[in-house]
Amino acid sequence: MPRLSYLKALNRALGDELARDPSVVVLGEDIRVAASNLTAGLLKKYGPERIIDTPLAEQGFTNFATGAALAGLRPVIEFQIPSLLFLVFEQIANQAHKFSLMTGGQARVPVTYVVTGSGSRSGWAGQHSDHPYGLLAHVGVKTLVPATPADAYGLLLSAVRDDDPVVLFAPAGALGVRADVDPTELAAVPIGVGTLRRPGDDVTVVAVGHLVHDALAVAEELADQVSVEVFDPRTLYPFDIDGLLASVGRTGRLVVVDDSNRSCGIGAEIIASVVERVALAAPPRRVTRPDGAVLPFAAALDRAVQPGREQLTAAIQLVMKG
Amino acid sequence: MTSTAAGVDAGPLYRTVRLIRRFEERAIDLVRAGEIVGGIHPYLGQEAIAAGVCAALRPDDLITSTHRGHGHVLAKGADPARMLAELCGRATGLNGGRGGSMHAADFSVGIFGANAIVGAAGSILTGAVWAKRRLGGDQVGATFFGDGAVNEGMLLEGFSLAALWSVPVVFVCENNGYATTMPVAQAVAGTITGRAEAFGIPAVVVDGQDPEAVRDATREAVDAARAGGGPRLLECRTYRFDAHHTFEHDVRLDYRDAAEVAQGRSRDPVEIQGARLDPAQRAAIDAEVEAVLAEAVEFALASPTPDPADALAYLYASGLRPRPGSA
Ligand SMILES: Cc1ncc(C[n+]2csc(CCOP(=O)(O)OP(=O)(O)O)c2C)c(N)n1
Ligand SMILES: [Mg+2]
Repeated sequence: MPRLSYLKALNRALGDELARDPSVVVLGEDIRVAASNLTAGLLKKYGPERIIDTPLAEQGFTNFATGAALAGLRPVIEFQIPSLLFLVFEQIANQAHKFSLMTGGQARVPVTYVVTGSGSRSGWAGQHSDHPYGLLAHVGVKTLVPATPADAYGLLLSAVRDDDPVVLFAPAGALGVRADVDPTELAAVPIGVGTLRRPGDDVTVVAVGHLVHDALAVAEELADQVSVEVFDPRTLYPFDIDGLLASVGRTGRLVVVDDSNRSCGIGAEIIASVVERVALAAPPRRVTRPDGAVLPFAAALDRAVQPGREQLTAAIQLVMKG
Repeated sequence: MTSTAAGVDAGPLYRTVRLIRRFEERAIDLVRAGEIVGGIHPYLGQEAIAAGVCAALRPDDLITSTHRGHGHVLAKGADPARMLAELCGRATGLNGGRGGSMHAADFSVGIFGANAIVGAAGSILTGAVWAKRRLGGDQVGATFFGDGAVNEGMLLEGFSLAALWSVPVVFVCENNGYATTMPVAQAVAGTITGRAEAFGIPAVVVDGQDPEAVRDATREAVDAARAGGGPRLLECRTYRFDAHHTFEHDVRLDYRDAAEVAQGRSRDPVEIQGARLDPAQRAAIDAEVEAVLAEAVEFALASPTPDPADALAYLYASGLRPRPGSA
């Protein structure tokens, strides 16, 4: 079976949607030359009318895309840096997201925002390394964090076809992931449906984005001590709480590993959503970045702030004792 | 233009400014009566701008509006009764009672929404007009904003995109001298027209109290834009006759003295346009407007309020239902 990389999967999804639907246009910085590779080959195929390089005016072109969506197009925006979402938070959370309700259903805003390389990129330091998916989920913007090439393809497809604004985080830690994929089996992945990556009996680990792969590795390492089930939500908002409850209902134990800040983070939300519905056999645990973390530059410091396999292993062991 | 032609032309513009004037006065009464909750930003004094700009637009052309937006919405052709119902939070309102004074929209007549974030709508309208053209239309757009908005980076980014991509947008600045209480001279470094010219956008200053002057300037801008000339800016000099917001009727803010207000109010767009009509024609229009508004008030107040069970209906165009806040 051919190997497909995560980044190539995103690129293929974008190309397939451009081919299928003439109302899809892509806006972003340096996308004609495909600086991030997300748009590789697309300029040649679809031309500068649909692969549109913007000036550095994120607030302007994010609102511009909202207007274009209101008038009938399906824009896709690529943001080069995850923290640009802070710059355009107004334009996404307070404009694009609010049009449908505020107009009493007259308007829809089908825009997809793709962050190619979210979270730490090793050595890019404080202002390039955030993972603000919890903020988008909090305000109710559909928030997708695929972990595998097939999901990257399928979720980007669904995002572009969705009638609401959708943010897709492609974690830097997942861009290089490759998998054997039968191209004929690539298909849209529904928004709001998680998946079990590994069955287990003793504890459910919810892992977000690239951390799915770490969770699977830890589960293998611990296989002779504890049977770990790994749940990949794939979508943080809407969240597949029923899927997760089915898993936790069996295992009775819960650990969440998520590469974002702890306070008011998505990990807290996931745990709260479970414990208000089921009684656990042990207190649940989160493995996250520290409160209010700013990623320091030096490699060892950067790693020290991100959740890793060691902390996840410790959390699983704690939950098994409790 | 012959005087008859001017007279014929003067009627519709007069009707629009008069409709807006009386609509706003009625709305203020309804604020006082507690029927409009949250108050409004009255458009009193600025009617010539909405009326003149929209008179130069086609029904399928697009606009975006502001927090002070009732005039734009009425002039572009929304039903006054459904507009008033929206202000009163009724199910029959333009937005089903989901938007209110600052978010009124009617996409069926090209009103892509009033926007409460100062400076936000310019780039939204630019994108919408660009998309309409891409989809084969020949629409133009007009986006209204105040003198305060010209200090917002996001609006200036909209100027930039419209100019770079030659989008046929008329940027309509309503310079009423103040952003709430902040005088324009203390807030705008350089000039408003200079903002546009810096992006290569032709800009003119217009007498914003004269509906015909605004209409004529807009026609020129629209014709040039529709013919492929890219965006234009009109700085319409005007004066806000009443409060920034109706809360000012209760809380007096000390920022403009009585003499200045009297001077500002001396050039009333309703009178300026009304003087162009013969008295009988004017009286007939006044009577017709009163009848329309009496019906609008009756319609709004008789309309049902929306069902709280549907408070978050329309949150997602895709139909996603959010989790409830309890249980
Ligand atoms: C971005 C933003 N900042 C502040 C406000 C609060 N605010 C609402 S209206 C207003 C003044 C706007 O002045 P201007 O643009 O001149 O319009 P005018 O009220 O005079 O019509 C302010 C500060 C806002 N709504 N949006
Ligand atoms: Mg002002």
